[in-house]
Amino acid sequence: MSETGIGASVKRREDLRFITGAGRYTDDIDQPGQAYAVFLRSPHARAAIGSIDASAALQVPGVLAVYTGQDLAADGIGDLPCGWMVKSKDGSDMIQPPHPPIAVERVNYVGEPYGLVVAETLQAARDGAEAVAVDFDALPAVVDPASAMQGDQLYAQAPNNRCYDWELGDQAATDAAFARADHVTSLDIVNNRLIPNAMEPRAATGCFDAASGDYTLYTTSQNPHLARLVMAAFVQVAPESKLRVVSPDVGGGFGSKIFVYAEETAVTWAAGKLRRPVKWRAERAESFLADAHGRDHVTKAELALAADGEMLGLRVSTIANMGAYLSTFASSVPTYLYGTLLAGQYKTPAVYVGVQAVFTNTSPVDAYRGAGRPEATYVVERLVETAARELKMDPTALRRRNFIQPADFPYETPVALVYDTGDYEASLNRALEHVDYAGFAARRDAAQARGKRRGIGFSCYIEACGLAPSQVALSLGAGVGLFESAEVRVNVTGSVTVITGAHSHGQGHETTFAQIVSERLGIPFDSVEVAHGDTSRGDYGLGTYGSRSLAVGGSAIVKASDKIIAKGKKIVAHAFETTDEQIDFTEGVFAERDSNRSMTFGEVAFAAYVPANFPLDELEPGLSEKAFYDPGNFTYPAGAHVCEVEVDAETGVLEIVKFVAVDDFGHVINPMIVAGQVHGGLCQGIGQALCEHGVYDASGQLVTGSFLDYCMPRADDVPSFVVDTTVTPCTHNPLGVKGCGEAGAIGATAAVMNAVTDALGVKELAMPARSEVVWRALSAA
Amino acid sequence: MEVTLTVNGTAHALDVPDNMLLVEVLRERLRLTGTHVGCDTSQCGACVVHMDGRAVKSCTVLAGQADGADVTTIEGIGAPDDLHPMQAAFRECHALQCGFCTPGMIMAAIDLVNTSEQLDEQAVREGLEGNLCRCTGYHNIVRAVLAARDAM
Repeated sequence: MSETGIGASVKRREDLRFITGAGRYTDDIDQPGQAYAVFLRSPHARAAIGSIDASAALQVPGVLAVYTGQDLAADGIGDLPCGWMVKSKDGSDMIQPPHPPIAVERVNYVGEPYGLVVAETLQAARDGAEAVAVDFDALPAVVDPASAMQGDQLYAQAPNNRCYDWELGDQAATDAAFARADHVTSLDIVNNRLIPNAMEPRAATGCFDAASGDYTLYTTSQNPHLARLVMAAFVQVAPESKLRVVSPDVGGGFGSKIFVYAEETAVTWAAGKLRRPVKWRAERAESFLADAHGRDHVTKAELALAADGEMLGLRVSTIANMGAYLSTFASSVPTYLYGTLLAGQYKTPAVYVGVQAVFTNTSPVDAYRGAGRPEATYVVERLVETAARELKMDPTALRRRNFIQPADFPYETPVALVYDTGDYEASLNRALEHVDYAGFAARRDAAQARGKRRGIGFSCYIEACGLAPSQVALSLGAGVGLFESAEVRVNVTGSVTVITGAHSHGQGHETTFAQIVSERLGIPFDSVEVAHGDTSRGDYGLGTYGSRSLAVGGSAIVKASDKIIAKGKKIVAHAFETTDEQIDFTEGVFAERDSNRSMTFGEVAFAAYVPANFPLDELEPGLSEKAFYDPGNFTYPAGAHVCEVEVDAETGVLEIVKFVAVDDFGHVINPMIVAGQVHGGLCQGIGQALCEHGVYDASGQLVTGSFLDYCMPRADDVPSFVVDTTVTPCTHNPLGVKGCGEAGAIGATAAVMNAVTDALGVKELAMPARSEVVWRALSAA
Repeated sequence: MEVTLTVNGTAHALDVPDNMLLVEVLRERLRLTGTHVGCDTSQCGACVVHMDGRAVKSCTVLAGQADGADVTTIEGIGAPDDLHPMQAAFRECHALQCGFCTPGMIMAAIDLVNTSEQLDEQAVREGLEGNLCRCTGYHNIVRAVLAARDAM
């Protein structure tokens, strides 16, 4: 292995700009003559919009315009669409209420924009916003998802406030499994609402060139091409050919920056109206209200078992909160990214899940790191652990009893997936070594002597990454293809520019992708540049989410690189007057078999662009290749997470004293970056279990609307982690990779709560398990 | 109001509104965009700079309060070919991902090392309690600060 090739922990090249303050985030980029937008946001969870009087605002010095939803609608600006059509079990389409970017007649959640003020300065825009007078007619709000179907009907087209009633699995077979079970374990689970809180607040600057009619949008997007597509095809701000979307350095996303929101739409439109750039940057309070939230499921789950621990059936009924509108991919999260994962790592033969998605007067809910898979893992792994306790079995033994075995792959689950490979016991065994499972009883006793209750919890998760293939997804209602694009552009002097449709907002693609191309083409790491995040530079791509960048985007890069090699062989074959079958390519050298003649990669690049000795009658000059890679299946990262906690029996204060994560991501390109992805995911998973909770009061006001009220995990809330990997290479992509971005957040939450409930000796405990919750549980016991 | 201050060794005399924050002076007037704004409640620490040698959240300092002060930002502590030991440690330990919290984190960490007699893992974790990171889970940040402690 070379120091910069596949498998090497190459230091990230993007770091130099970030550690010296030279990063270039959307808010760092100013445009000459830019104006500033401030959005008018609903103070009500549900209200009819009466008159909007902007006359005083327009008198504020510096205010240029006040726009309302009616202004956008009158200009033909369309609704924000949801990109995945889910069908109810009766075959009907999901209900999609109209979602104008700027509310026109009604507001349906606190923070929903109903207008914007544009001014010469940010201060003037704020002053202008203060001066806008609005008559709201407040209406009763529906807030709680569990009772939403009994609440006031929010949309005429959505009886019972239901978006869809979806199912997956064989209900009769599952009921039969329960009928013959020796034991049934049941849990009522609330998967708490989370607020993503990427550290960089969303921002957008719309620009308009009156001479050409071209728009440019700088925005904090995880997928700029998708933003362009939606804004062109649905919102109709500008045609795709007239709209360039640039996502420069982006400060974290975790899903929340996948979606196409009101603000980027409105500032782009406003730039055209005012014929000058319009900039908006969210304040954190706006991020809390106006970024799509995550999770928010209410579930009843049951596991049927035989007396010996054989898992016979799983039955799950979930209410999923969509919030007030369907965000860009909201509908897919509690269905195709949730129900399909409920088999977990186990051979449970019968699984049935019903999901009712409901509308409430809360911020829209959509994909947040893991997106459906953390919710599924939480259901399965809390049930399995609880069942082991009820059956008085070791929780690891119960899992082993039911694991899908390496010989079983490819394994078709009862919930529509085909796992290609895995070795779940290998990950679990490694995790148990790291945690010293054999020594746990002694550690528990020692803790007891110190007045602490110690608990251990496991989570053997599986997830599906690299959403695919396009035709399967499209047949299930996806509105976009799920391939990825790549271009490998060899420059005249032999250096290479790689343009990927994936987008990096912390993942380190500039390093990882360069490692791949450097190794594949046998050229120095420093000769490879990676570009992304600008629709004017690369082909249509789908961006980064769902841990897809390496498995799908990396595969596209390999495909394009292989085309370069194939063309290079033809060029060399012509020079040597032989056939390309006679040319071997290894480590950057094209060599004729059984001869001592060869050309370096650089020489071939030069020959391609200075085609003196070149087969111009057969080959085009130049050396630049594109590829679109459409995966044959999902990838299935899986692993075993183990958590040990200690609880102070007097105060309820809880500490994670050990956390081990052993993950199988297939082959690993950069172990340093992969470990970092796991650390961050674990912290978010732990955050969900122990402190994070998006809370609305009964009137629909967001109670946790700032970092003072919403508990983000801080450095002293989490431990150092032990992370390790096992490897079963993915069988269907050229790198054998699976994806690592979400595993931590998917696995950790259940491991923590299994440990906490073990320490407390309780069956169920609501997340987040803050000290107060723990103390109350201790007091009740 | 008139404010004179030194930023990264350069003296500036500025006419600013009374309610202007130090972070706004840095980002908007001096175009030093390495200092970031990640919240509106002085919680996240993305805006930490040094004022007269101590870490401050520049979103919570009025420009007027910085009158006469010597301010150092992330741009003033090192360059790509001459990194401060804390910058080097962040890179070496992969203590950053998206990079947004990083400038504030580095500036806070330098102050923590400078002002701590004993700095072990727990002290680093408690000392960085005022800086939020959503990417790294803090694991590698803690490693980096401990590594830089030995190098500074």
